[in-house]
Amino acid sequence: MEIVDLKKWFPGVKANDGVNLTLRAGEVHAILGENGAGKSTLMKMIYGLLEPTSGEIRFMGKAVHFRSPREAIHAGIGMVHQHFMLIPALTVAENVVLGDEPGRIKFNRKEAERRVRDLSEKYRLAIDPTAKVADLSVGLQQRVEILKAFYRKAKLIILDEPTALLTPQETRELFAIIHGLKADGVPVLFISHKLDEVLEISDRVTVMRAGKTVETVETAGATPQSLANLMVGREVVLRVEKNAAHPGEPILKIHDLHVRDSGRIERVKGVNLELRRGEILGLAGIDGNGQFELADAIAGLIKAEQGHIIFDGHDITRLTPAERTERGIAYVPQDRQADGLVLSFDLVENTILRDFRKRPFAKNGVIDRAAAASYTERLIREFDVRPPDASRKASELSGGNQQKVILAREVSRDPLMLIAAQPTRGLDVGAIEGIHRQLVRLRDEGKGVLLVSLELEEILSLSDRIAVIHDGRIVAIVPGAHATREQIGLLMAGSHGHSEVSMS
Amino acid sequence: MKSLRSILLPMGASLLAMIIGGILVAALGYNPVTVYGSLISGAFGNGINIGNTITASLPLIIVGLGIAISFQSGLFNIGADGQYWIGATAAVWFGYHFNSLPGWLHMIVCIVVGMVAGALWAGIIPGLTKAYVGSHEVITTMMMSYIGILLARYLIEGGPMQQKGFNPQSPEIVQNTQFPYFTQGLMQSQLSLVAVAIAVVAVIAVWFLLYKTTLGYQLRTVGLNQRAARYAGINVKLFTVVALCLSGLFAGLAGAVQMLGVDHRLLDGFSSNYGYTAIVVSLLARNNPIGVIIAGLFFGALTTGGQNMQMVSNVPAALTDVLTGLIIFFVACERIIPQIIGWYRRRRTLKSTTVAS
Repeated sequence: MEIVDLKKWFPGVKANDGVNLTLRAGEVHAILGENGAGKSTLMKMIYGLLEPTSGEIRFMGKAVHFRSPREAIHAGIGMVHQHFMLIPALTVAENVVLGDEPGRIKFNRKEAERRVRDLSEKYRLAIDPTAKVADLSVGLQQRVEILKAFYRKAKLIILDEPTALLTPQETRELFAIIHGLKADGVPVLFISHKLDEVLEISDRVTVMRAGKTVETVETAGATPQSLANLMVGREVVLRVEKNAAHPGEPILKIHDLHVRDSGRIERVKGVNLELRRGEILGLAGIDGNGQFELADAIAGLIKAEQGHIIFDGHDITRLTPAERTERGIAYVPQDRQADGLVLSFDLVENTILRDFRKRPFAKNGVIDRAAAASYTERLIREFDVRPPDASRKASELSGGNQQKVILAREVSRDPLMLIAAQPTRGLDVGAIEGIHRQLVRLRDEGKGVLLVSLELEEILSLSDRIAVIHDGRIVAIVPGAHATREQIGLLMAGSHGHSEVSMS
Repeated sequence: MKSLRSILLPMGASLLAMIIGGILVAALGYNPVTVYGSLISGAFGNGINIGNTITASLPLIIVGLGIAISFQSGLFNIGADGQYWIGATAAVWFGYHFNSLPGWLHMIVCIVVGMVAGALWAGIIPGLTKAYVGSHEVITTMMMSYIGILLARYLIEGGPMQQKGFNPQSPEIVQNTQFPYFTQGLMQSQLSLVAVAIAVVAVIAVWFLLYKTTLGYQLRTVGLNQRAARYAGINVKLFTVVALCLSGLFAGLAGAVQMLGVDHRLLDGFSSNYGYTAIVVSLLARNNPIGVIIAGLFFGALTTGGQNMQMVSNVPAALTDVLTGLIIFFVACERIIPQIIGWYRRRRTLKSTTVAS
């Protein structure tokens, strides 16, 4: 496949403005770029979801103009989306053949299962065709998606941010699959904004920035630093620079905490935890193991069933969220759009979301818009929120800038403790760098920081201590300096000896 | 740009509704020019007509303010009609019972009582059940509305408020509680400047409340994003009740103002439909208190103009209902249009695919 000077202009936005790319047979080619660099626009054009403004896509030597995904599939392009397009209630085989089922009127289930079994053997994608998709792990569901592409005779596989939802072990297995595909001569286009993965899996990397392909380099000759600089367009600090921690008195003590979610399912099952002033405590765990319920419970958004939360020497278990905010708990919730912001409010209204009752933002129940606006403008400057316009609605900002607004609001309240849940999810290298620096700054100011993250890399590089949560319980607490990826990964999976995610 | 759009769209919708209404009228064999001419002259043709139009708009504006508050708080107060009548009933009862009070104080008492009655009618059962057991306010406000209207009807049809020896109606409120008309012209159109002043103050108060106070900020936060509201430390349950109370408060105020300014007693009928028309008023105004004035006057004009239209050009006044329906349709269309465009695009790509393959 070859892409020549491809452009896609939307009114007022040049989403793709000169994309050049050559994909050789049998290579793993990574496309690396920050969010908003134009990766998804490019994918949509290759997959026939968008029509290019100008330029050409050549596939197998011929110029192609896909006007719908159906044409792209027909030509042999297989796409695995970041969010899977599977029907949970159907079996693996049914999902794979959907839209192109064997049998004329009556669906030939046996034949479908046989074909899927053949395919899974041919491409070494071990899976049970009769299993229900709803019962499969995320990694196995992704495998179904890849099979779907091959069932439609894909000659090229595009993986869009494939590791976003995987555990470290599942990522390893995916990489093994990609190596297998490469051995079979199937070219793979691997789209990602994660440097380490790109370096590990690809043969060549094309870096995109601001809608343009900046450069294509051999992976063997690239370093994380060189790729990051290409992506951002300037020197970035990759490793979090931090001095040794000076932990002080405990700011937060949790005793035997039990929490149920809105569906009355017990998510936190007796957690004991201590956070000290001047340290970053990383809470590592696979999604769905109670870490976000724990964070919500500390912030007061869900009630504790049982147990005690002691903050700054006082029992706050029964206090309202407002009272906890007042006592100095800052919280960056994991879902910034659902919890952290009111999207249709402008930045001024969002900035005062947690302190609108207090002076100088309100006097006697009347909001002082001027005071709030000047405060907001100060934060916009300090945290480099773009565009720097306080009257913009939060919904008009990019994800990274939305997160900057939340972080600016929480950090600038001068809290005693910050709970940061997934503070850099979906953000690009430049934004992550800034947010990490803020977390370390807070720590150095003697504040307690509880970092809840699904990104192991983030936990490892920031935490002074790491607590691993599995099935609602803290299974281990290890010093951050000595922890390894493998050790934490296994603890997260809930075992000391073997991985829970196996091939069967 | 954006605010301009939010004004132009409802206006465009209204205009489009008028045009289609005109086509409809022509199809029925009337001359649309005379029909609309009579509509406009009926609404604005002379001083008395203008007065009538304003009189008809005032309850719509005041109830519409209450509806706007509930919409901005993310709640549907469908039962404003019942709250209106409960407010009216309470105001009338106080209006003829306590005749020893000085006039201005008596007026204030009647108005306050009407407001409190409307607020409680919306806040107690629909508000508390919504907040604490999650019953849907569309159902509860609607049912409370029927109860309210039937209660008012009972009170004057054989109940304790019936004036003996008359058709079902209550006694008239004491003279000194009735809003003065000031001039002969205003009297003919039953327009009191006191009522106008109350409506203007109510609009300003709601605007100030929603956009300038922490109370309004909290109501809007709850309305836009309950999870963020909880995160902000706002008591969502409390503000659900407060929002419905405030919504009912303005419906009750409208009832009281109508009784003190126009009707002076409860009369049988209870088919004002102010509560329902006010929903359209608020929607057309995008729940903006200032916009409610314009939308309220527009619907007031449709009512008074419609009566004249019927007399002059023999078109049934129900045509104004058709116009109302068309306006609602086109305002709603604003959200449908992007969907239709998307559907059309998908269909086109599918077509081209089948041609290509």
